[in-house]
Amino acid sequence: MGIAETYTRGRQFAIARPGSVLLTLVGAVLLFDLLSGLATGQHSFSNVGSLVWDGLMRGLVVGLAGIGLSMTYSILNFANFAHGDYITAGAFSGWAATYLIAGIGRADVGALLLVGAGGSVFGGTLGIGVTGTPIAVLAGILTAGIVTIGLALFIDRTAFRPIRDADGITLLITSIGVAFALRYLMQFVFDSSVRGTTSQPPAFPLYLVDGAVRVNAHDIALVVVAGSLMLAVHLLLQLTKLGKAMRAMADNEDLAQITGIPTERVVRAVWVIGGGLTGVAGYMFILWKGTLGFNDGWLLLLLIFAAVILGGIGSIYGAIVGGLAIGLTASLSVIWIPSAFTRAAAFAVMIVILLVKPEGIFSGRTTA
Amino acid sequence: MSVREDLADRVPGGDAGFIVAVLLGVYAAYVLAGVALGYSIRGQLNSVAVLTFYIGVFAMLALALNLHWGYTGLFNIGIVGFMAVGIYVMALVSKPPAGTGAAQIGGLGLPLVVGIVAGMAAAALLGALVALPALRLRADYLAIVTIAMSEIVRFTFLSGTLEEFQLFGQQVGFGGGSGVILNFTDPMEAFFRFFGLWDSYLGIVTAFEVIIPNNPKPVVDGLVYGVVLLGFVAVLYWLLKRTGESPFGRVLKAIREDEDVANSLGKDTNRFKIKAFMLGCALMGLVGILWLMTSGSVTPNFFRPRVTFFVWIALIIGGSGSNTGSVLGGAVFAALLFQGPRYVKNLVDTVIPNADAPSSFGPAVAPLFSNFDPSPLFFYTIDSIRQLQLVFMGLVLIWLMHNRPEGMLGHRKETAAGIPLTSSRAKGTAHADGGERGGTDE
Repeated sequence: MGIAETYTRGRQFAIARPGSVLLTLVGAVLLFDLLSGLATGQHSFSNVGSLVWDGLMRGLVVGLAGIGLSMTYSILNFANFAHGDYITAGAFSGWAATYLIAGIGRADVGALLLVGAGGSVFGGTLGIGVTGTPIAVLAGILTAGIVTIGLALFIDRTAFRPIRDADGITLLITSIGVAFALRYLMQFVFDSSVRGTTSQPPAFPLYLVDGAVRVNAHDIALVVVAGSLMLAVHLLLQLTKLGKAMRAMADNEDLAQITGIPTERVVRAVWVIGGGLTGVAGYMFILWKGTLGFNDGWLLLLLIFAAVILGGIGSIYGAIVGGLAIGLTASLSVIWIPSAFTRAAAFAVMIVILLVKPEGIFSGRTTA
Repeated sequence: MSVREDLADRVPGGDAGFIVAVLLGVYAAYVLAGVALGYSIRGQLNSVAVLTFYIGVFAMLALALNLHWGYTGLFNIGIVGFMAVGIYVMALVSKPPAGTGAAQIGGLGLPLVVGIVAGMAAAALLGALVALPALRLRADYLAIVTIAMSEIVRFTFLSGTLEEFQLFGQQVGFGGGSGVILNFTDPMEAFFRFFGLWDSYLGIVTAFEVIIPNNPKPVVDGLVYGVVLLGFVAVLYWLLKRTGESPFGRVLKAIREDEDVANSLGKDTNRFKIKAFMLGCALMGLVGILWLMTSGSVTPNFFRPRVTFFVWIALIIGGSGSNTGSVLGGAVFAALLFQGPRYVKNLVDTVIPNADAPSSFGPAVAPLFSNFDPSPLFFYTIDSIRQLQLVFMGLVLIWLMHNRPEGMLGHRKETAAGIPLTSSRAKGTAHADGGERGGTDE
């Protein structure tokens, strides 16, 4: 009986959700290919291990930056296309602080504040890194968070609040305007060059079967910062009234207002939390990859959207898990397809999710 | 609102007259600026040709976008991806085969018309591919999917994998980051030869030597191409107007207003949406082709999302939902926001020659603090007008969304009814069908 029932249920599932079945099949085939490749020695364990590690790091950045996007998406009901440029703004402001502290007395203050615009100062020669200049990096993280909070609040006040009651698309178009204004203002100030920001961080090999996965100090810093911030957000939303208020607002704003929830204050809190996390994510992203350009945030934004949709809009755990999934997809896809298409693979995953489970993995669990 | 309405009514010739009046105003302003700059006749004609070109392409793109957003309520922000596919596929089909003369990667060597049709078809197919998963979902999902698609297209053309490959036994390719050289027959020549008018065209060019003594051909080419583009605008306008007034277009408008209602009336709204989306994408592919066909070469980084952003601003200025508004928005955007700042830069450069503009922000600001000298910052600002113009456009877009989201003519709804609904005014206006935009985003 058990077998027959399982069979019937399985058949019903296959008929109702052919996409899910297909997706599972494709996943299984890829996994089988990977395992057989590992077994036959076609892929080396250390190579795959490095890719997984790289994907996890990328995923942490995407997930951390995605929390803010997911929160504003569910509470203010619009896709904020300026989010990527908040990331860039956080990165530039934080790195300006880091450069200033690490290089004061050794280079022109203006050049330092402009993060070496026009090749006037290089992060490598200043010896910037978690181990080399820990105070400068810490100051940079704080500055990135604070400046981005300020920026997010300012933009909300000037651009989004006057049309708070407009529909999502109006706000979305406005956010595109904000994105372009911000991005090219940053290009105007910091110029369009992509600069190296860090010196080579110390790394140590982790031995894995047939080789080594190299882990460096900046990876560790990213894990520590992103992990602790994610935990902090989790506790904040679980243990405080704010979390409850945010869930209520995401569910039904009018009802929340009637119940006495100060909706504008909750919105401000959302921008503060989201903006701070976004700014720090931007800073850590640059610390991890070692280069900084004015397009970085925008290019990351599309991956973040993929992560947020994958995880389910409004769920911070969804954003984190979605971020890790998108990061791993982008990194591991080079095993099967040319590296130019890693981004395309991440988007393909998003599109498949839209087809199969448009509400996302963690659907319905808004904000907490 | 009513003032503009009356203005449009009072201009002889209705909508077309209004568009012509705006265009004439714009051209007059440009010619006057040219006089102020001390341009020669050649310079004047050149600037008019460039302006016409941009008015043409932006008007066409706004028209195509209006079919998506204004008529059907499909939020497409991947316009530039469809343009890229259009011109790249067209280049692939129409470039001469490798080994016949050109050193660069070859193509299939088919006639230009075949290439244009293939490019449009490819753009339409890509549109279908994008629309299938996203159309059933919320409008903002389509936005994210389309913009992701346009970036995927750009990265695909940038990648080395498709730089060169075999197709139908020919060595073809997209050239990777260095792009493709469009070494097919000059489209103007092909166009006039097709009608057997090439020799008479060359005759006209020679006649222009009276005004421009040496080498008038590039200038005349530019002017004539601008006129051809305006012709395309007229055709597209007519086509979309007809589409909008057809039963097909009425369903599209119904979908925009309330998809559930259209659905309950037995219309397969998904099919209508996909068809409308594909038609718009094909037109975007066509504009991509027309924009770049005469430029000699194409690189993938031309197709950055900012072009999409331009088209959206153009449509929102003009007012989505109105074809006249789309053309008008394209013209106003091209003249004021796109070419205008560059003209202002030229004007300032003539009045105050700045040989020593600082190369970056640091040296530009430093004198302001050290000895209150704002001139380096001023020169730097003028020098980087191309970035600042994007900042300005962003601010314009925010301002429009705050204060006039319906644009110049967007409040004029083109009614779905085939007969005039008001007795006093035969033209369908906003008051006729009372329904407001909304409800399409769920």
